[in-house]
Amino acid sequence: MSSYRVTGVLTPENLEKILPSRERLEKGPVVIVECIQKIPCDPCAHICRFDAIRKDSVVDPPEVDYEKCTGCGECIAACPGLAIFVVNLKHKNDKASVTIPYELLPTPRREEIYEALDREGKPVGEARIIATRKVKDRTVVVTMAVKKHLAMIVRNIGRKLR
Amino acid sequence: MDLGLRISKHPILEFERGKPVSICLNGKKIEAYEGETILAALYASGIKSYSKSVKYGRPRGFFCGIGKCSSCLMRVNSMPHVRTCVTLVEDGMKIEYEKGRGELPAVGEVETKEEKVDTDLIVIGGGPAGLSAAITATTLGIDVFIVDENPKPGGQLIKQTHKFFGSKYNYAGVRGIEIADILLRDLRKSDVKCIANASAIGYYEGKRHIMAVVQGNRKLIEVSADKIIVSTGARENILLFPNNDLPGIYGAGGVQTLMNVYGIKPGSDALIVGAGNVGLIVGYQLVQAGVNVKMVVEAMPKIGGYIIHASKLRRLGVPILTRHTIRAAMGKGHVEGATIVELDENWQPIEGTEEYINVDLICLAVGLTPSSEILFQAGCKRAFIPELGGFVAVHNEDLETTLNGVYVAGDVSGIEEANTAMMEGRITGTNAAMALGKDRAEAEKIREESLKHLEALRASSFSERVLNGKEKVWKVWRELT
Repeated sequence: MSSYRVTGVLTPENLEKILPSRERLEKGPVVIVECIQKIPCDPCAHICRFDAIRKDSVVDPPEVDYEKCTGCGECIAACPGLAIFVVNLKHKNDKASVTIPYELLPTPRREEIYEALDREGKPVGEARIIATRKVKDRTVVVTMAVKKHLAMIVRNIGRKLR
Repeated sequence: MDLGLRISKHPILEFERGKPVSICLNGKKIEAYEGETILAALYASGIKSYSKSVKYGRPRGFFCGIGKCSSCLMRVNSMPHVRTCVTLVEDGMKIEYEKGRGELPAVGEVETKEEKVDTDLIVIGGGPAGLSAAITATTLGIDVFIVDENPKPGGQLIKQTHKFFGSKYNYAGVRGIEIADILLRDLRKSDVKCIANASAIGYYEGKRHIMAVVQGNRKLIEVSADKIIVSTGARENILLFPNNDLPGIYGAGGVQTLMNVYGIKPGSDALIVGAGNVGLIVGYQLVQAGVNVKMVVEAMPKIGGYIIHASKLRRLGVPILTRHTIRAAMGKGHVEGATIVELDENWQPIEGTEEYINVDLICLAVGLTPSSEILFQAGCKRAFIPELGGFVAVHNEDLETTLNGVYVAGDVSGIEEANTAMMEGRITGTNAAMALGKDRAEAEKIREESLKHLEALRASSFSERVLNGKEKVWKVWRELT
């Protein structure tokens, strides 16, 4: 697979290095910080009440202490790069929830069904909206339920289906 | 009234439009809102060509949208060569296409004024660098006069709807538009005198520095100052390809101005050329404004901008094609499509890989060039430093040029970004204040702090190039002085 510097999409190899362990994922909601480049940025480290996100310097990529992370999702809208998500594999039997930052209109509403999109914007299934939270700076935090095997694939929503 | 191409709903912005007014284009009535530029009002009503090239009569659209190019010059209330992109509409305004190279008004047809201003420091350009410089300098007790070409100061921050990176110290996580609000609020609270719609057009010698400033095409202001901070920013680069002058081909930043400052939808289907941060950000913002972004092409083998900006755009389903460029634009009087082509390792088009795409909007995000004209006219020595975006005024670590008491800050000193521009602005503000004999301890404190933050912001590999450029320009300064 091509480098993310060519495609703009993190590869499974890139992700493997930053994701929580399978055991941690199975325990419940946890943050996924898809930010691996050295860039001058640090709001994620400052917003976390649990000190779960650390940045050694303003340019070092964030490091997550998954044992401290509660999956509260406060960091989602704080990330200027919209690169933070929360995944909960324990949402319901065969369903996981994925929480994403969203800045398009219309604002999704509970129980609506959207196309679930992967990191390349390709539809990979259906997403049922289970919560939307408006933060004061206009980034909407959307939580959707998807089939469990899509939890680490779905990172956006596309067209509204119904 | 008919909103035309005006955007009514936006996920981030709310467009508060002023009182409806009407303007007249060659005898035809056009509806507009107070607070809009002439260009914005014409564009919203579907008029996308503002002049014709003198030699071949080819239609000209706008390009930069911020008063830096000359694509949108028109005759306004008998005044020729008015930059319609930075001139606000007024009820009953008479706009005309210019004939040939334009005609001067008759003597007395246009009322003009003159004024003299005395100040310690004149700041040219009220973007992040200039505003930071002015606010810092005034808190240190010096008299500051700031001139800005646009209807509203704030520079390019006023169209940046995305949240900024950076550290907590410099507004990280805050949208650019909100950073502009913070700076403008600080400006209003300060003693700085600020005039908008005013261009510094010429430097003159005298006992002090003298700057000729024209405000609103009508008023000539002679400013005498002991120090000058030039923070004029940069202009967008054009790219060479057939039909690159068709209306519909704009600077990516120009499109941002039209779309995010004036709330006008720039087109329906877009091609973006350049996958640096500007191209990626504008691509995302076009989608937010309801434009179908067909793709981003990038001639380099790798995406130049931050990966998280690229990922944001990819998640929306927008392809980014590296090693691809635009071969030509097509259309009669306006862009109707473009041919893109793949490049080989020697940057040569690979025959047979051309693809035609239907687009009515092409955004060029192919770099910026420092707006150094006033510095060179003033006699500052120049150096060609590719890492800084081309010709820049030679300057030292304190951002002072070869002309005593003339400083540079922000993109004009080398293309970078708003956070570093704000830090450079603060540094020049303290340097100017110290040179004028103001509170040294306080100035030194702000200066040291700003230098520290500037260094931290430049600690990633993305800043290597600009740092190399800075080293080069400092070396030239040492050799010259």
